[in-house]
This record gives sequence, structure tokens and C-alpha cells, in this order.
Amino acid sequence: MNPFRIGYVTALLLGALWCLIIATTVAVAMSFATGAGFRPVWLALPLGALMGLACLRWGGHGRPLLPAALALAMLGLAALSGLAPLAIAPDASGPARWTGLIAATGFTALGMWKILEKTPEGALTRHVFEAAVIRFLTGFGYIFFTAIVVIPFYVMVMTSLKNQAALVQNPLDFSLDLSQGLGLFRSYVELMRDYNFGSYLWTSFYVSVLTVLITLAFAIPGAYAVARLRFRGQKVFSRSILLIYMVPMIVLALPIYIAFSMTGLRNTLFGIVLIYPVTTIPVALYMLQGYFRGLPSEVEEAGLMDGLSRLKVIWTITLPLSLPALASVSLYVFMIAWNEFLLAFMLLDDPGKFTLTRGIASLNSSEVPRQHLMAGSVIATVPIMVLFLGLERFMTKGLTAGSVKG
Amino acid sequence: MTEPVPPNTARPPRGMGPLARREARLAWGLLMPTLIAVALVVILPLLAVFWIAFKPIGLAELRPPAPVVREDIRGDLEEGDPDAYLRYRLRNSSQDQRITGVTLTDSWPEGLSATEMDPRCTLEGASLSCDLGDWEGGFRDQIRIPVTADPSYFEGPDVEASAPVITGSANNVLTSFSSFTLENFARIFQGSEFWSVLGVTLFYTVFGTAGALIFGLFAALLLDKSFTGQGLLRGLYLFPYVAPVIAVAFAWILLFDPYSGSANALLMQMGVTSQAINFFGERPLALIMVTLFEVWRYFPLSFLFILARMQSIDTDMYEAADMDGASPFQKFRYLSLPQLLGILSVLFLLRFIWTFNKFDDIFLLTGGNAGTRVLTVNVYEQAFALSNIGAGAAVAVVIFLMLILFSLFFFRVMSREEGL
Repeated sequence: MNPFRIGYVTALLLGALWCLIIATTVAVAMSFATGAGFRPVWLALPLGALMGLACLRWGGHGRPLLPAALALAMLGLAALSGLAPLAIAPDASGPARWTGLIAATGFTALGMWKILEKTPEGALTRHVFEAAVIRFLTGFGYIFFTAIVVIPFYVMVMTSLKNQAALVQNPLDFSLDLSQGLGLFRSYVELMRDYNFGSYLWTSFYVSVLTVLITLAFAIPGAYAVARLRFRGQKVFSRSILLIYMVPMIVLALPIYIAFSMTGLRNTLFGIVLIYPVTTIPVALYMLQGYFRGLPSEVEEAGLMDGLSRLKVIWTITLPLSLPALASVSLYVFMIAWNEFLLAFMLLDDPGKFTLTRGIASLNSSEVPRQHLMAGSVIATVPIMVLFLGLERFMTKGLTAGSVKG
Repeated sequence: MTEPVPPNTARPPRGMGPLARREARLAWGLLMPTLIAVALVVILPLLAVFWIAFKPIGLAELRPPAPVVREDIRGDLEEGDPDAYLRYRLRNSSQDQRITGVTLTDSWPEGLSATEMDPRCTLEGASLSCDLGDWEGGFRDQIRIPVTADPSYFEGPDVEASAPVITGSANNVLTSFSSFTLENFARIFQGSEFWSVLGVTLFYTVFGTAGALIFGLFAALLLDKSFTGQGLLRGLYLFPYVAPVIAVAFAWILLFDPYSGSANALLMQMGVTSQAINFFGERPLALIMVTLFEVWRYFPLSFLFILARMQSIDTDMYEAADMDGASPFQKFRYLSLPQLLGILSVLFLLRFIWTFNKFDDIFLLTGGNAGTRVLTVNVYEQAFALSNIGAGAAVAVVIFLMLILFSLFFFRVMSREEGL
């Protein structure tokens, strides 16, 4: 008999761990939000264990009021005797203190109640035990992944709205002084006005759009040929497409740099527009040929029977049918071109011709305050995020369809 | 009259019929633009890298040595200055390489007459030509031709209207078929540096890839059920991959800054550490940090692929397992995992190769310092920081050869695992 598979033991262990996780999460979140000193304490372990036992004892048959009652009891304990899962420094304001305590106790109780749902007190079957552990891990997973994804972006956005002196003084204090109104966006205004970021935005935009158009113009016929037409070497082709985008960019960047230096293409946007599509054509070709293969060939054959030429068939039948795939590919290529850094960094020197990523790289110096660097990062990130969230369906499709590239 | 075909010799037509030939022609026609573009920007540069790797060439030698000339008139011709002269200033653009057989030609303007000709030059009708011989590196000289002008000169084009043409042949290290060397390879392989770079690369690649896969698997398991907000979370978890690398890299640098980073402040407040940690500046830690960054940035990709595969697994199987009393972990271990093995191994190999190729992330985070220099960063370091293009190309060749090895292995596995 596995000693862990007894209701009390399971509840005790999971409760202790869960309470520590919640205390840490709340402490981190509150620190980031208010800048005051919140930290989890080891006392969270016994408190959580108690909470686990209470949920096990009384929560068995889904009483919805139970977690609220338990949370209130725990909160009362904290208020009366100071026994709380997290320690709060005296510099925290009253509301912040209470928010922290209520969040910590509330989420501990709610989580435990959920995790121990339908868990009996005595010996557990393997099924019930594992289900409880999985619920625990799921809760932990959501917190963990959300935290690691959100924190860097939160820091990016908040830093861009603060000034350097305030941040050096307390790196955790991200609270915003809302009374400055539009003054909050000072860094953005300065970037646009003094650092030419408006023109970088425009450059990045049209370079990316041109890249998409050129890529499609090359990739559509190529993908169609590989997917549909029979010719010697077809197999080799569909294989070697993948091989080509395994060639590292830095290996190509070196001779491209030399060739561009010699022909005077370096430091021109024409050169950039020339080189970007070639890096994306193999990806686009690979994605599209997969999609074309999946289209029923009967429709095309009917078109051929009616006397249309192949090119006519592609234009009037295949392309309209593959609009969703074209949208995915376009978005993906747009993303690659928008985010591209290495080539822009190596090939562009003239601040008048920078793309956004190159512009941000030029902000990375000790003379430029950091909020400008972060504001630049936000400016580069927001358009791609908006595009991505708005068209998420196409984007995820595009990402899974052909691309493990990054 | 047609001969009857004996049934046992009937066979499909051999070779290509006209239709098939037309189809193949069309296919090649459609592929041609892509092929040309790829050849120009992938195959050609690759050959160039191999070429340069065997050349003793630095950043400064990218421009081949060339003779340079500037032309002007000294003295005032209109005033009838008797000492007026036409001057050609000559210079070898290179400080150390010689140029042989330099010749200069220029068109002589109407109405200008030379009172004395430089011995190296001859004037025939309206064209001046000079034979200037060989120039050593750093060579400088002038040709002075005393001239007087007729009134007609001032009506026509003046001397500077026509640019003089100067030619000479110099040994261009980059394009010459001699002066090959193994020095670049000797240079990069010498000492223990190369092996430490290789070790760092392998650590980064193996752990970065494996970490991203494991995190991706975990995230996929979390999201493999429908609940409200699932779409939102899925979108959120893809952010690290979709955002521009330069933006997120700088956000990480700021977050983990030793002096004013929030991470350090948080850790100190929680009592984990008593003094600030220099996350991207200390030796073993920096490498772990860039590997974590790689995991963070690419777990979304594996998560997306694994999730797509999971959702295509037949649910009947799970129902059958439920009937047999399989526990959740058993179902994962004995049903899901074997189904996912294919996508996991393909992902591992692909990501392995692309992590191996990764340049931007480490370049932005640490610049290859503090023990994080991987092979790709070494290419940049050798070529641009140390201004030795040849050595950079040699590193690139090494990378490429290793990739070919990986790819061979990869295609072997790929042909076994369907999908992708």
C-alpha cells in the first residue's frame, strides 16, 4: 500500500505545497504591482496543510460555500494572531496589505477545495489519487506559465512608462503616477519626435509587406509545381526545401555582407527587400505545397477538361480555394520580416534607413535612457501582437502548417 | 491495316508522352524563379563561404587595391597665368599591395594646349594617355602638364568635365585563384578556445531543445481541454515566440539587471539571496540564463505542435482504457506518449538544428561574453570584432559541416516518422 495514497496524507502534502505556491505567487504579483515588500514565509506550509485537511473533511460533496468560509477563517487567524502565509513589510499601504492577504487565503482555499474534489478521507484508489495530483499540477501549470510569459512583457510595458531614476531607486515599484495623464507616454512621444521612430515604423511596415508580396509571387508557382505537377526530381525538391532552411542565417550573412559591400547594395533598403524574401521563400513554399496537396485535384481536373490552361486553373480555381492558407503564410512571413534583426543589423548603417528592429538596436547605449529602449520594444511588439491576436486562427494554423523555424 | 497486338506483350508506354513532357516543362518553368533566387542567395553564398575560408582576408581587404586619380587645373587660365598647369594627383588606395600596369586616359578639351608634356604621357588629337607603370603600396605621385588656353577653351567644356579613366591590375585576394591558406582553420582550432565554444554550443543546443520540448509538452497537456478562456491562454502562451526577439531580449536584460533589475530586487526581498546576482555576467550562470531564454522563447512552438497532435488522437482509445480501469497517469504513459513520440522526435531534431543555428538571442543577451560564446556568435566575433573575415568563414564552414551531419541523421529518422 502506497503511504501517499491515503486521503489525509494527500490532503496534507498537496495543501502545504499549494499554499506555498499561492503565497509566492501573490507575493510576486503584489510586489510587482505596488513595489512594497511582500514575501512568502514557511508558515505557509503548515497553514496550507491545515487548509487541505479542512477541505478534505468538509468539502467532499461539493459545498460551494465551504472555500469562502475556510478563507474567512484563515483571514481571521491572520488578522488576529498574525499567522499568515506571507509576510508584508510595513511600507505596504492598508489596501495593498488586505488585497494580498485576501488573495492568498482565498486562492489557497478555493484551489484546495477544487483539488480535493471527491477525494475520500481514507485509502484512495489509484484513480482518485492521480486525479487529485493532476488537478494540483494543472493549477500550478497555469500559474507558472502565465507568470513566466506575463512578467517580461509587464516589465517591458511598465518600464517604458516610468523614468530611470524612479526605477533605480526601487526596481520593483511599477506603480504608475496616473496624475501625469498623457505625460506617462513621454518616452513614446520622444521616440517619435527625436528618434525618428515614425519613419522606422513605416520602413518596417513596407519592407514587410513587400517581402510578403514577393515571397508569395515566388512561392505560389513553386509550391504548385512541387505539389501537383509530375516531373523528374519532384521528390528531391520537396525534401530539399526543408534542407535549405536549415542553413544558418549567420553563415549566409557573411558572404551577403561582402557581396553587398562590393556592389553598393549595403545600406540600401532595396538590398534588404532583395534579401528578405529569399529567406522566407523556402518556408512559404513548404507550407503552401502541403496545403495544395490537400486540395481535391478533381476540381482542377474539371477545369482542365473545360479547356482552361494550367495557369488559368491555378488563378481561378486553386488560389481562391487556398485563401486561408495564403492568409496564414502571409501572416507568418510578415512576422518573420517584421522581427528580422540580424540582416538589418549587419546591412544598415544609415539612421535614415533603419527598420524598427535596427532602430531599437541603436537605442541600446548608455546615453539613451532605458525607458526609451523599452518604449521602442513596445512599439515593435504591439503591431505584431495585435495582428496575431486578431487573426490568431490563421496564425496558429500557419505556425503549425510548415514551420518549426525560428 | 493495323497489326493486332498480342495481349501478352501489352505494356504501359515507356518514356514520356508529349503531355507529360509539357507538364514537366511547366513545372520547371514555375520553379525556375525560386530556383534562381535560392541559388543566388543560398548556394552561391555557401560556396563563397567555403572559398573565403581558405583565404587570408580581413575586413580591410574587402575592397581590392585600386589606383585613384583626381584632376584639377592650378592657376588662373582666364588671366593668362603663365604658371598654370593641369594636375593629376595619383594614389594607390592600398597601403601594402602593389598595382601593376597602371594606365591613365583622359579626353583633352578643345582650346587647351600643353606647353610641355610629361614624359610618361602622350597626347594624340583629343586624347591623353599615360603609361604609369607599377605602383607599390602607399604610392603617391602627381602629373603636372603646363598649359595655356585659347579663348575657344572657355566656350567649350572645361577640363574637369570629362573624368579621367585609370586602370591597373592588382592581385585581389578575394577573387584570385592563388594564395589559398589553411591559416584560418589553424587559427580557429588552435588552443582550447574552439573546444570550449563547441562545448557551450552543445550544452545550449541540447538543453535548450529538450527544455523547450518538456515545457511545451506540459503546456500542451494543460490546454488539451476546453474551458472558457482557453483560446486566450493559448494566444498568451504564444507571445514569447511571436514578439520580436530584440524586444524580449532587452526586456530580459532589464529584468535581470544586477543593479536595477526587478528579479534581483525580488529575490533579495524574498531572502533568497543577500547580494545582487549578475545573471548575464557570471560564468556558469550566464550560459544557464541564455539556455532558459531559449526554452522560454521556443516552448510555445513545441506546445503548438504537440497540442495539434494531441487533438488528433482518437478518443475511442481513451474510452476503452477507461473501461479497463486505466488511471490518468497510465493513460498518459501508455496511450498518449507513444502517440506523441513521432512528433516529439521530429520536433527535437528540427529544433536541435535550429537552436544550433541560433545567433540573435545570445548575441543580444550577452554578446557571447561570460562563457556563452556559441559557434554562430563566434562567426560574428571572428569576422567583425576581430576583423578577420577568413576566420569567420572558417567557423561558418565548421558549422555547416556539422549541420550536414545532423541533417543526414535527421532525414533518416524523418523518413521513418511520417508527418511534417
